[in-house]
Amino acid sequence: MMTIYMLWLRQLKRYIRSKPRIIASLGQPLLFLFGLGFGFGPVFQKAGQGNYIQFLAPGVIAMTILFTSIFSGIELIFDRQFGFLKEMLVAPVPRLLIMIGRTLGGATVALIQGLIVLLICLAAGFRVTTFSALPMAFIYMVLIAIMFTAMGTAIASVLSDFQGFQLIMNFLVMPIFFLSGALFPLTNLPIVLNVIATIDPLSYGVDGLRASLMGVSHFGSATDLAVLSALAAVLLIIGGRLFSRIQL
Amino acid sequence: MIKVEHLVKTFGEIEAVRDISFDVAQGEIFAFLGPNGAGKTTTIKMLTTLLRPTSGKLEIDGLDPVTQQHEVRKRFGIVFQDSSTDDELTAFENLDLHGALYHVAKRTRRERADMLLKLFELWDRRNDPVKQFSGGMKRRLEIARSLLHTPKIIFLDEPTLGLDPQTRNQLWTHVKHLNETERVTVFLTTHYMEEADRVAQRIAVIDHGRIVAQGTSAELKLQTNCETLEQAFLALTGSTIREESANAGADQMRNMARMFRRPR
Repeated sequence: MMTIYMLWLRQLKRYIRSKPRIIASLGQPLLFLFGLGFGFGPVFQKAGQGNYIQFLAPGVIAMTILFTSIFSGIELIFDRQFGFLKEMLVAPVPRLLIMIGRTLGGATVALIQGLIVLLICLAAGFRVTTFSALPMAFIYMVLIAIMFTAMGTAIASVLSDFQGFQLIMNFLVMPIFFLSGALFPLTNLPIVLNVIATIDPLSYGVDGLRASLMGVSHFGSATDLAVLSALAAVLLIIGGRLFSRIQL
Repeated sequence: MIKVEHLVKTFGEIEAVRDISFDVAQGEIFAFLGPNGAGKTTTIKMLTTLLRPTSGKLEIDGLDPVTQQHEVRKRFGIVFQDSSTDDELTAFENLDLHGALYHVAKRTRRERADMLLKLFELWDRRNDPVKQFSGGMKRRLEIARSLLHTPKIIFLDEPTLGLDPQTRNQLWTHVKHLNETERVTVFLTTHYMEEADRVAQRIAVIDHGRIVAQGTSAELKLQTNCETLEQAFLALTGSTIREESANAGADQMRNMARMFRRPR
C-alpha cells in the first residue's frame, strides 16, 4: 500500500510542479471547444442536431483525459532516460505495485485535467441535464483515465526512447480520438467508420459521458460501463506484465 | 559478504563475463578495476539482481540474488553509473520515497534522512528540487540515498565520473567514514587509479570478462614490478584502447540522457 501511495503522490507532485504542462495541456481542448464548437455550431444546428457545444463538451472532456493519460503513461520513458526507473526497479517491492502506483497517479492527474475542462465547458455554456448524474460521469472519467494511462505505460514499457512517440501519437492516439464519436454523432456513418468507432475504446467513454451528463446514449450506458471496466482491467494486466518484463 | 564462483554471462555470442570468482569480506572496501567494456557493470548488475547470470554461483550475505531477489535487494544500496534521482522532487523527497520503497518506518526514515543530509552537506538544500543541483551534489545525494535503508553493502559504479578533484576527494572521505562507522561493505568500480589506491583495501583487475589479478594495491604493484597502481593496471591490461561494442546501445542512450541533463 505504501509503495502505491508514494508513487501516486510522486506523480501528483510532478504534475503540480510543472505549471507549463498544466497550461499547455489545456490549450488543445480549449481550441477544440471554442474553435470547433462555435465554428461548426451553426451548421450542426441547421442539420437539425441541436446545440453543438452541448454535443461536443463530453467529447472534449474525454479527449483531455485521453491525451493526459497517454502522456502520463509514456512519461515512463522519461524515467528510463533520466535514470529514475533504475531506482524503482531495484527496490525490494513487486513491480506490479510500482506499475499500479504510477498508473493511479497518472490517472488522477488526467482526472483533474478532465474536471478542469468540465468546469470550462460549463462556463462556456454547456448545460448538464441533471446534476445528480455527475457522480456517474465521474466514474466514466476515472475509467477512461485508468484505461489510457495503463495503455501508455504498456507502450512505454516496450519503447526505449522517444523515437517512436510521434508514431504512437499519429497512428494510435489521434485516430482513437477522431474516430470515437467525440466530434460527430455515430448514427448513419459509412460502414467502415462505424466498425472502427465500435472497436475504438474511447467511443464507449464519450458515449458514457453523454449518457450520464445529458441522458442520450448510442450504445446504452450498461454496455459503456461494462466495456470500459473490462478494457481498463485488461490494459492494467497487459501494462503490468510488460512493465514487469522491462530489462535495463 | 559477497561470494562469486565461476560466474559467466553471455549475451548471444558475446561473452561479457567469463568465469570469474572472488570474495568480499564484511566491512571491506573492494575495488573492481578494468577498461571500458571489461565486464564491471555486467557483474554489478548480476550481483544486484538486475541481470541473471548464465552460469556460476552468487551469494550476497548468504542469499542468492537469483532466487531470493527481494531479500537481497533489502541488503544492498546502489549508486548507478548514471544519475537516477527524480529531478522534479526535492532532495528530502527523493530520500523519503526511497525509504518508503525499502519499507523503512516513517520515523526512522526521517531520522536517517536528516542524518545523511547533514553528513553529506546537503542539509541547507534539502527542500530544493534536485534539478537545481550540481553534478557533485547529485552524486552525494545518491550515495546518501543508497545508505538510507542501512544496507550491509553498497555498490558504487563509477561514482566519481565527471566530478572535479575536490568533490571526488570529499566523496571518498565520506564513504570511508561510513565504512568505518556503519561497517558497511563497499564494492566500487572506478577509472581513477589513485582513488582505488587510496580507498580500497583490496582490488581486482578485470579485463575481457576475466579477472587478471587480485590483491592489495601493494601486492599488485609488486606482482607487476611497477611503482604506481596506474602502471600496474596498464601492465596487466595492456595499453590498447577498447571498443565498447557490447554496450554501444546503452552508451548512446547514456549520452543522450546526459545531453538533456546539463547541470546549470
